Amino acid sequence: MKQIEHTEASDRLISSKKNRQMDEVRGSILVRFCAFLMIAVSIAITIFLGIKGLQSFIVNGVSPIEFLTSINWNPTAENPQYGAFPFIFGSIAVTLLSALIAAPLGIAGAIFMTEIAPAWGRKILQPVIELLVGIPSVVYGFIGLTVLVPFIGHFKSSGSGHSVLAGTIVLSIMILPTVTSIATDAMGSLPKSLREGSYALGATRWQTIRRVLVPAALPTLMTAVVLGMARAFGEALAVQMVIGNTRNLPESIMDTAGTLTTIITLNMGHTTYGSVENNTLWSMGLVLLVVSFMFILIIRYLSSRRKI
Amino acid sequence: MNSKMTDRFATFIFGLCAAIITAILVGLFSYIIFNGAKELNFDFLTTRSSAIGSGGGIRDQLFNSFYILFITMLITVPLGVGGGVYMAEYAPQNKVTDFIRTCIEVLSSLPSIVIGMFGLLMFVNLTGWGYTIIGGALALTVFNLPVMVRVTEDALRSVPKDQKEASLALGVTKWHTVKTVLIPGALPSIITGAILASGRVFGEAAALLFTAGLSTPRLDFTNWSPFSDTSPLNVFRPAETLAVHIWNVNTQGIIPDAEAIANGASAVLVLSVLLFNLAARWLGSFIHKKLTSK
Amino acid sequence: MVQMLAEKKEIAAKKAPLQAEQILQVQDLSIYYGEKRAVNHISFEIEKNAITALIGPSGCGKSTFLRSINRMNDLIPGARSEGAIMYEGLNILDDRINVVNLRREIGMVFQKPNPFPKSIYNNITHALKYAGEKRKSVLDDAVEESLTKAALWDEVKDRLHRSALSLSGGQQQRLCIARTLAMKPSVLLLDEPASALDPISNAKIEELLGELKNDYSIVIVTHNMQQALRVSDRTAFFLNGDLVEYDATERIFTRPAQQKTEDYINGRFG
Repeated sequence: MKQIEHTEASDRLISSKKNRQMDEVRGSILVRFCAFLMIAVSIAITIFLGIKGLQSFIVNGVSPIEFLTSINWNPTAENPQYGAFPFIFGSIAVTLLSALIAAPLGIAGAIFMTEIAPAWGRKILQPVIELLVGIPSVVYGFIGLTVLVPFIGHFKSSGSGHSVLAGTIVLSIMILPTVTSIATDAMGSLPKSLREGSYALGATRWQTIRRVLVPAALPTLMTAVVLGMARAFGEALAVQMVIGNTRNLPESIMDTAGTLTTIITLNMGHTTYGSVENNTLWSMGLVLLVVSFMFILIIRYLSSRRKI
Repeated sequence: MNSKMTDRFATFIFGLCAAIITAILVGLFSYIIFNGAKELNFDFLTTRSSAIGSGGGIRDQLFNSFYILFITMLITVPLGVGGGVYMAEYAPQNKVTDFIRTCIEVLSSLPSIVIGMFGLLMFVNLTGWGYTIIGGALALTVFNLPVMVRVTEDALRSVPKDQKEASLALGVTKWHTVKTVLIPGALPSIITGAILASGRVFGEAAALLFTAGLSTPRLDFTNWSPFSDTSPLNVFRPAETLAVHIWNVNTQGIIPDAEAIANGASAVLVLSVLLFNLAARWLGSFIHKKLTSK
Repeated sequence: MVQMLAEKKEIAAKKAPLQAEQILQVQDLSIYYGEKRAVNHISFEIEKNAITALIGPSGCGKSTFLRSINRMNDLIPGARSEGAIMYEGLNILDDRINVVNLRREIGMVFQKPNPFPKSIYNNITHALKYAGEKRKSVLDDAVEESLTKAALWDEVKDRLHRSALSLSGGQQQRLCIARTLAMKPSVLLLDEPASALDPISNAKIEELLGELKNDYSIVIVTHNMQQALRVSDRTAFFLNGDLVEYDATERIFTRPAQQKTEDYINGRFG
C-alpha cells in the first residue's frame, strides 16, 4: 500500500492513536466477553458434572454396566449394589406415558385454535396456555399430592395413591402448554394455499387436517412432543411429591416408583459428600445431562427436516 | 360413516380437547385461589415460619424469594444485554457464533435439578460458601442469562435499521449508536422480557434446593447492613424461598398445618407470577404508546 | 420545461465550465456485492459547491455509488470496492481511513426521513455531543444555525424539546438535513430525499438545496428527471453499473452525446 503523505487532511481522516475511537474498542470487548460467558458456562457445566459424575466409576470402582442395567439399588447394604435401572426405567416410563397423554391433547388444542375456531379459539386458549406455564412446578406437585394422590388411593387395594399414574398425570398437565404452543406455531405457519387447495378439491375440514395439514406440519409437531418429553424427563420436585420414591421396578402404573430426578432430590442431602452413595447420585446427574444433550440433538435434527 | 359425519365428530373431539384444557386451568386456578385465599392475611405474610408447631407464616421465605430474584436480575440483566448486543451487532457469521447460539440453547433448556447440582458443586462446595443467597442467584444465572441474551438480541433486531444508519451516517461510532439509539429503542421489549423471565425465576425451586438451601437463619429486620450475620440483606446466608418451602413442609417437614401453609404459599406464588405477567404486558404497551404517539 | 431550459442555457453560458474546482475524484471505481458487480469501472469528478445529480433506472448502481462515498456500503456484508475516490488528497476507500471522522465531513440524508424518537433539539445535538461538545451555549447556537439553514427554524423554534416524531414528513426530512448540517460537512449526499414526500414539501426541499449549494457540495440521487433538471448543475447518467454520460445538466437534457442517454430521457425505458 502506498505510503500516505502527512497533511492536515490525513490528521483528520487517517486512523491514528490520536483519533481512534476508544469507546468503540472498549465497548466491543465488553460485549464480546458477555457473549463468550455462554461458552464458558456451558463448558464448565459439562466438565465439572462430567468429572464428578464419573467419580463413582473411576474412584469407587462401581461398574457402569451394573449401574445402568441392574435393578437392585442397595447402597447401604452389607454388599452394596448400585443398579440404577429402576430409576432410569421410572424416568423413561413417566416421560413416555405423559407424552402419550399430552401430545394428542395438545395437538388437538392447537388444531382447535388454528382450524376449528381461528377467530376466537386463540383468544381464549392462548391466555389459558400462558397461565398454565406460569404455575410453578412445586405447585403442580403440591396439588397432585393433596388432590390426585388421595383420589387414586381410592382405586388402589393397598397403600397410598402415590404411583406412576399420579406422576404421569401431573407431568402431562405440566408439559401440555409446551406441546400446545409449539404445535400452534406449527399449524399456524402452514401456508394458506395448502388449505385452499385441499378445500378446492372438495375435501372436508377433517380430511384436510388429517391428510394435508398434519403431515405437512409433522416435523414441527414432533419437535413439540420431543420438547415436552425433554421437560418431563428433567422434572424433579413435582414428580417427587407424587410418585412414592421407592427403589423397585414398578410393575403397573398403580405401583410406586422412583425416577433419576426424584432419587437425586431425596438423597443428595442425606448422603455424605464424597461417599460412594453420594457419587452415584452425581453419576445419575451425569445421565440426566447426557440425555438432555441427546434431546437437543434430536430437536435440531427434526428442525432441519422441516418442509416449510 | 360418511365423511360429513366424520367431520362433525372430529370437530366435536377437537372442541372437547380445547374444553378439557380450559377446564384443567380453571380447576387448578380456582383450587389454588380459593384454598389459598383463606390463609392470606397480613399475619401470614409477616410471621416467621414455624418448624414444629402450627401457625407459622412465610415472612422470611417471601423476602428470600424477592431478594434472590433481585440479585439474580442484577447479575443477569447487564450481562444479558451485553451478550445480546454482541449477538445482534458485533457477532460475525461464523462457526464460533453458531457455537454461542448452541450454548444459549443448551443452557436455557437444561433441567433445573441439573443446574442445581452444578450450583452445588461450584458455588457451595468448591468455593466453600455453603448454602448462600449468592450461590442460589448464580445457579439461577445459568439459565436466566441465556434467556436475557436472547430477549435483548431479538429486541435489538426489531429496532428499524434506518435509525442505526442515520446515527452512523452522522459520524457516530457503532458502540455509541448502540448505547444512545438502539438500546433505548429496544428498551420496552427488553423490560417486558425481563419481567416475564422474573416470573420463571420467582417460581424456581429445584435449582435452589442445593444452593440456597432449606433453611433461613434468624433474621433481624431492623438490621439492614449487608455485612451483618443477622441482616436479611446478607448474601452469604442460606435462604429458603417460597417455592422450596412448599416442597419442604410437604415432604420433609412435620408441622401439622403443612397443607394450609402450602395452600397460602401457593396462592402467593401463583398470584405473584400472574402479577409479573400482567406488569410485563402493561408496561410494554405503555412504553410503546409513549414512544410512538407523538 | 422549455423556459427552464432557456434559463439554464443562460446560466451555463455565464459560468466558466471546466475550470470549476473539484471536491471528489472518482478513479476507476468498481463495487461488488459478493460476486455481482454493481458499479463498473467508473471515473469522473464531482464539482465543489455545485449540485450533481445521479440519474438512471432502478438497479443501475447510482445509490450504490452514493453510499460508497461515505463508506455506508461497509455495513453490507459481502460488499467490496476497487479503485479510488479521492477527497482532500486521500483515497477514502483505503482501509486506514477513519470512517467515523469521514462521515462528519461527508453527510447523508436518506430517502425516508429517519429522525430519532427524541426531541428536535436532541436530534441535532446527538452527533455533536458524541464529538465531545458539551457547552450548552455552543449546542444551542448549533441547533439554531442548522435549523435556520434547513429552513425549519421558524416553524419549530418554540417547540425544540418536543418529539421529532410530531413533525410532518416534509419537516422531518428538513430536520434530517439540519441534523447533518450541524456537523458542518463539506459534502452532502442525498438519496432521493423528496421521493417519499408530497409535492409541496418536495418543492421546499429543492429550494433549500439551491441555497445550500453555496456552502456545500451536493450529490443527489433522483428518479425524477424534472427534479434533476430543476435543481442540478451537472448530471451523471448510470445504466447497469456503467457511467454512460456525465456533463452539464443542460447539455444532458437537450443534446445528450449517447443514444442510451437520449432514450432514457425520452422515456423509452424506465
